[in-house]
Amino acid sequence: MIMARPKPIEEIIDEIKDFNKVLIAGCDGCVTVCEAGGVKEVQVLASALRLYFTKENKRMEIDETSLTRQCDKDYLHELLDKIDDYDAIVSLACGAGVQFMAEMYRKKPIFPGVDTCFIGVTEERGVWAERCQACGQCILASTGGICPISRCSKRMLNGPCGGSEKGKCEISPDTDCGWHLIYERLKELGQLDFFAEPTDPKDWVSSRDGGPRKIVREDVRL
Amino acid sequence: MRLRYPTNIKIIKVPCSGRVAIIHMLKALEEGADGVIVAGCLEGDCHYQSGNLRAKKRVIYVQEVLEKIGMEAERVAMYNLSAGDGPRFAEIAREMTEKVKELGPSPIKNAKKLASKKSKVEVAA
Repeated sequence: MIMARPKPIEEIIDEIKDFNKVLIAGCDGCVTVCEAGGVKEVQVLASALRLYFTKENKRMEIDETSLTRQCDKDYLHELLDKIDDYDAIVSLACGAGVQFMAEMYRKKPIFPGVDTCFIGVTEERGVWAERCQACGQCILASTGGICPISRCSKRMLNGPCGGSEKGKCEISPDTDCGWHLIYERLKELGQLDFFAEPTDPKDWVSSRDGGPRKIVREDVRL
Repeated sequence: MRLRYPTNIKIIKVPCSGRVAIIHMLKALEEGADGVIVAGCLEGDCHYQSGNLRAKKRVIYVQEVLEKIGMEAERVAMYNLSAGDGPRFAEIAREMTEKVKELGPSPIKNAKKLASKKSKVEVAA
């Protein structure tokens, strides 16, 4: 899932301070899982903002809502009837959701309420870690199900490098060496032949090198 | 025990301090409470294992939020005491009331009063 973390409240206050009626819009998708932009976070942020603006004697109405997904027009449509009641929206969705909202409601200022970080997993409650960089050409089949693009700090396709020490990466003793993990897992699976076989250079056009990406599938288009 | 403690405290009973969410504390302040106490069991004695430790983290979170928005963090406090410790409860109630008195009334309550006066004047005008 897409992982995000809440933006500092000072930053959000600064974004909306010149308006009088603002809607805080959460997203029930990924950002709910990483506890950054779901219903609960909307309530807390809205309440804290109300406290701040009331204390400052500033006339400010803050309302709350949360959409099933903000990366989907059908759900964004739910705001159609009430969007004009607001001067601005703070979206707690990921960067994609914020942009889609801005695309759909072109005349309304939309501000981000979270910092979108990466595609990752919940390792444990309160700990989220990166697992995928959406490079567009998955090589997990030959790397023991561990991605060198996201788990190796240098994104090396053939590793480990000289900076790997006792299974840790040179950038930090808390960071596992992705290629060490790959080697250990391939050994466990009896697939070390994959490790011996050098990986060819990757065509990064499917990653960001090819510019903004799009998937068009005629088989599922209406 | 006939213990005395300030009458301005409104008690909201919950099965465990772990039930108290961040939003509950913020809402109390939004409604104009001058301070909020979360009273949990002694650490290590939680009936539900770690409810009071969760409450502690949430209280710290609210205190941080208050600091960031320019309100006194001391308006929210976590206390740990056993259910059988009535005298300690009365003591805490007095302690917190004194602390809040020192801080003065909640700025929210004042601002709300001011806003309602303003709107009355506007209506009258």
